[in-house]
Formats: sequence, structure tokens, C-alpha cells
Amino acid sequence: MRKWIATLAVCGVAGVAYAQEGPGLGVPATPEQVAGWDISIGPDGAGLPPGSGTAAAGKVVYDAKCVACHGVDGAGRPNDVLVGGQGTLRDAAPIRTIGSYWPYATTVFDYVRRAMPYVTPHSLTPGETYALTAYLLALNKVIGDNDVMNAETLPKVEMPNRASFDSAYREPRRR
Amino acid sequence: MTKPKGLDSLEPVAGNGLLHRRLFLTGSAAVLGATIMTAKAAPPEVPAWMKTPGMPMRAYGERSPHEAGVQRLVNAQPSTTGSGGSRTPIEALEGIITPSSLHFERHHSGVPDIDPAQHQVLIHGLVERPLIFSMEALARYPLVSRIQFLECSGNSGGNNNAEAPQQTAGGIHGLVSCSDWTGVPLGILLEEAGVKPEGRWLLAEGADSAAMSRSVPMAKAMDDAILAIHQNGERLRPEQGYPVRLFLPGYEGNMNVKWLRRIKVTAEPTMTKDETSKYSDLQTNGRSLLFTFPMEVKSVITSPSGTQKMRGPGLYQISGLAWSGFGRIRRVDVSADGGKTWAQAALEGPALPKALTRFRMPWRWDGSPSVLQSRAIDETGAVQPTRAALMAARGAQFRYHYNAVQSWSVAAAGDVSNVYA
Repeated sequence: MRKWIATLAVCGVAGVAYAQEGPGLGVPATPEQVAGWDISIGPDGAGLPPGSGTAAAGKVVYDAKCVACHGVDGAGRPNDVLVGGQGTLRDAAPIRTIGSYWPYATTVFDYVRRAMPYVTPHSLTPGETYALTAYLLALNKVIGDNDVMNAETLPKVEMPNRASFDSAYREPRRR
Repeated sequence: MTKPKGLDSLEPVAGNGLLHRRLFLTGSAAVLGATIMTAKAAPPEVPAWMKTPGMPMRAYGERSPHEAGVQRLVNAQPSTTGSGGSRTPIEALEGIITPSSLHFERHHSGVPDIDPAQHQVLIHGLVERPLIFSMEALARYPLVSRIQFLECSGNSGGNNNAEAPQQTAGGIHGLVSCSDWTGVPLGILLEEAGVKPEGRWLLAEGADSAAMSRSVPMAKAMDDAILAIHQNGERLRPEQGYPVRLFLPGYEGNMNVKWLRRIKVTAEPTMTKDETSKYSDLQTNGRSLLFTFPMEVKSVITSPSGTQKMRGPGLYQISGLAWSGFGRIRRVDVSADGGKTWAQAALEGPALPKALTRFRMPWRWDGSPSVLQSRAIDETGAVQPTRAALMAARGAQFRYHYNAVQSWSVAAAGDVSNVYA
């Protein structure tokens, strides 16, 4: 409420002003609070933490914490297959894996960090998460076996299927 | 045909016994029904429940134990108990509101047990003022209520299999439900945070142990998105995101992030796992479409429907559901001869935008093998496609957004089954 006029002016520029006024009950969040909550990684790598890892270290983590659900070397079963499928996307039963389908390597880090291992999410260190990401990318031959994954190298990884995605969303015309 | 087909006419309005949609609103149906009803008249009696006082009041109601068989169809992913989905038994329900206990579920790591006193929603990113909202604060905001459907984009996907799945209507199409959702318009909260001009998207994230996250266009957030806190009058069920979920009318279910904890305003989509590797649409040419958000126009006959059995020839009411993520349902046509001829069904009104809409159609079944179909048209003029047309357009490998006409075969013995026709 207190900053209503200024807010309206800002959103007027963006063309998305909302018509109704609220009671202004949000509490300002400090940068430290935001940093503690914000776990998402953009495709440009924004938000990636310090740390690094390699496929060899990732295999150790994988064999201890991931293999029961995703199979030896990411072969799948009982849950998602993580490796292979290249060349199957035009088939009647395409195999969509990190290597054959996923457009961004940053998504692997983001998803592992927020949701895996299934029974103990948020338990891996950044280094373990980088290492697991490196292991899965190396299994798919997307990176070399000795490549180091960190905040600099991960966003630069070129995923094989990256150029095959189009956005169906069209933004409505601004008023 | 010598006299016009009208309300007083028991003449079919389309092939294989479809009667005028307003027949049941007139006295004409009673004439037809009389022969059936007389056989059922029983001598006067005083049943047991009239001879003793009934049960006491109770603080929270339960359905009749005789209805306990109406259940969601639960399907958990291997080696988990909380991941997977459950489907609404739409063939057992009437009207347009799905009871909260039967609303479909789709979870990625179970249903979290959230203390509303500790739960907060953070809005940050490309905003002037990052803000934290407690549940107590959110409940003090202006609320809006809307009856709207929610549908998983994987709903009805079994019908793109080569063999028609022999399941109930809910087993095939039960990843859709409809509730009276009440919540805070998201635009009000974003205004208070002050969205910067370059903030064209936002990331919505849940507080489940998968921290499920999706990117949402700012234009949708400012249009009709709400942070829902009530469902059918009471606070959200845990399975539906208690204490607060994002609700995006007409958009695919996965985007309606439950247990909402964080909204980050961004310039571009975050490209989360669910919007890239899962809910994207692979096409026959090997290319994939991201961000196919609205659920297209669709309908399904729920009675009679798959695995049900019709009890002999006579007058029946065909009943079904239609919906569109683009707005209101304008019309539903029904065929009893596999799509050769069609007649307009009655819509229960008012037909609300982005809500389930109930349609009805009288049918005098002569006992011969028949194929029932329904075809919905929404207010944008979009027509629900035939299965053949949809499969030809999208190929066999597509997974989401199946919205083709459903065909139910009625055998001479009365058994109803799923067929591709």
C-alpha cells in the first residue's frame, strides 16, 4: 500500500499492471534470507554454488546413493533410465534421457540438488552434486571422463538435443 | 419425416435413437418411463431404519458407507509410496464439482506434512522489494473464488496406445477434477513486490521433498493466477497443496505448484526438469515443443462408460463432462452411431469458463450394438478432434495433451468398452 504509486509506475512500463490493491502485509526479505531460500539454477548457470566435481568422484556417490533406483551406470529400473536413447526420438517409443533429450546441463545439477537422492534430498554437498552431474554427463558421452564440472564449466556444456526445442508460448500483445 | 422434431416428439434427432436434448425437461419422458416403473412398485412397508432413531450429529461428515466403493485409482511409481498419481472416478460422479476427497493427485515425492504457522511464501528475483508472506498474512488479502477444472497434461494418454485400454472412464480420463478454488490474486502480491520491467517470467517452487518447480509467464500471473488457500470451501487438502498452491486456470496441472514456498521473478524460463525433460511435447520430426500450457477442448461421456453394463433396451440419459482451458464450452454434440450422425446435447448451465461443464442427452437404446461419442466445441470455436485426426497430426510418440473424441462401444448384451472408432 505504502508504495502503491511507485509500483504502479514501474509495472506500467512493463505493461502488466494489476488492477487491485493489497493490504501490504509482506515482510521485506533480506539478501541473506533470499540466499537461503533460492535453490534454482538458470540455464545460464546463475545460482550455481562454489565447488567442483569429476565423473570418477560422481561414480562413488552414484553407486552408494543412486544405483538402487536408477540401475548400474544409469541403465534405469525401477525408475528413470539416465543414459542412452540417442537416435530414438523419431521412434514410436522414444527413449528420453539426459543424453538423448535434456536441453540444458544446468537442469541436471538443479534437479539433483533439489530432489535427489529421493529419500534424502538436500543431503549432498555442492561438490558431490557437481560430481554426480559430471558422472551422468560423462556416461552419456556429453563430456569427457576427466572434465571438471563447476560454476564456470557446467553452463558451457552443449547438450546434444539442445537445438531441437521450440517454445510454443506466445506472449500476449502488450497494451 | 412429416412433423418437426421438437420437445413433444419421441422421434430421434440423430441416428440410432438419440432424442431431443430437452426431452427430460418435458413430460414426454414419463410416458416412455411408465412401462419400466410399474414393474418396480412394491407393497407398502416400514423399513428397519424407520423403527429406531438415527445416528447422532458429528463434527465432520462422512459419506454413506454404502458409497465406500467410490475410490480414486491409485498408481504409485515403483519403489515409492508417495510418487505417482491417483485418478478421479469420474464415472461415479455427477454434476461438475469433484469432492475434495476424490480430486486427482499427482505427486513427485509424496505429500508433505506442513505446519501452516511455519509456512511462508517468498517473492523475489527481478522485483523492487523481495517480500515474505506468512499464511496469516495471505489470508487477510482480498480473496476471489472461481469454479475451475484442473487437468494433468498426461490425462487420457492411455488412448494413444495401439490397443484401446479396457478401463473405466476415470481410469482413462480421471486426471481431471473441478473445484471451487478460493485464493489471493497473484497480481496483487507481485504489485506489492514491484516487478521490474525485464521480469517476464517467474519460477514457482513447492515445499515438497522434490521441491517441484515450473516456470510461468508473467502475463498469466497477472491475468487470472491465484494463490489458492481454499478448495470447495474448506482449506486445501494436503494432497492439493495445503496450505497454499499456485492455481493457473486452464493451464496444465503440473504448473499449478502445490505447497508453494517461493516465487522468483526472472527474465527467461528457468528450464526446470519438469518443463524440459518431462512436460515437453516430442513431435514426429524429432523436435520438441516447450511450454504448451493450455489444456485443449475435450469431452467424455461418463455414463454409460467403460466397464459399465447397460440393463437392457430402453430410455437412458447419456451424461458427460466437457471442458476447455481456453474458456467456456459452447456446445457438445453426441453421436450414437459412431460419428455418422450427431445431435446437440443439453448443457447444464451456466457453462463457466475453464470449468467442467455437464452435458446430457436422452437416448432410446434399441439393444443393438452401438458406439457412443461426444464432441465438444469451446467459445474460441476449437473443435475436439477425432482420434484418427489427432494421431495423424501428432504421431505415436507424443505423451501429453491427448484430447481426442472418446468412443464407447455398447455390445448387444449391454457391456460398455473402450474402442477406437
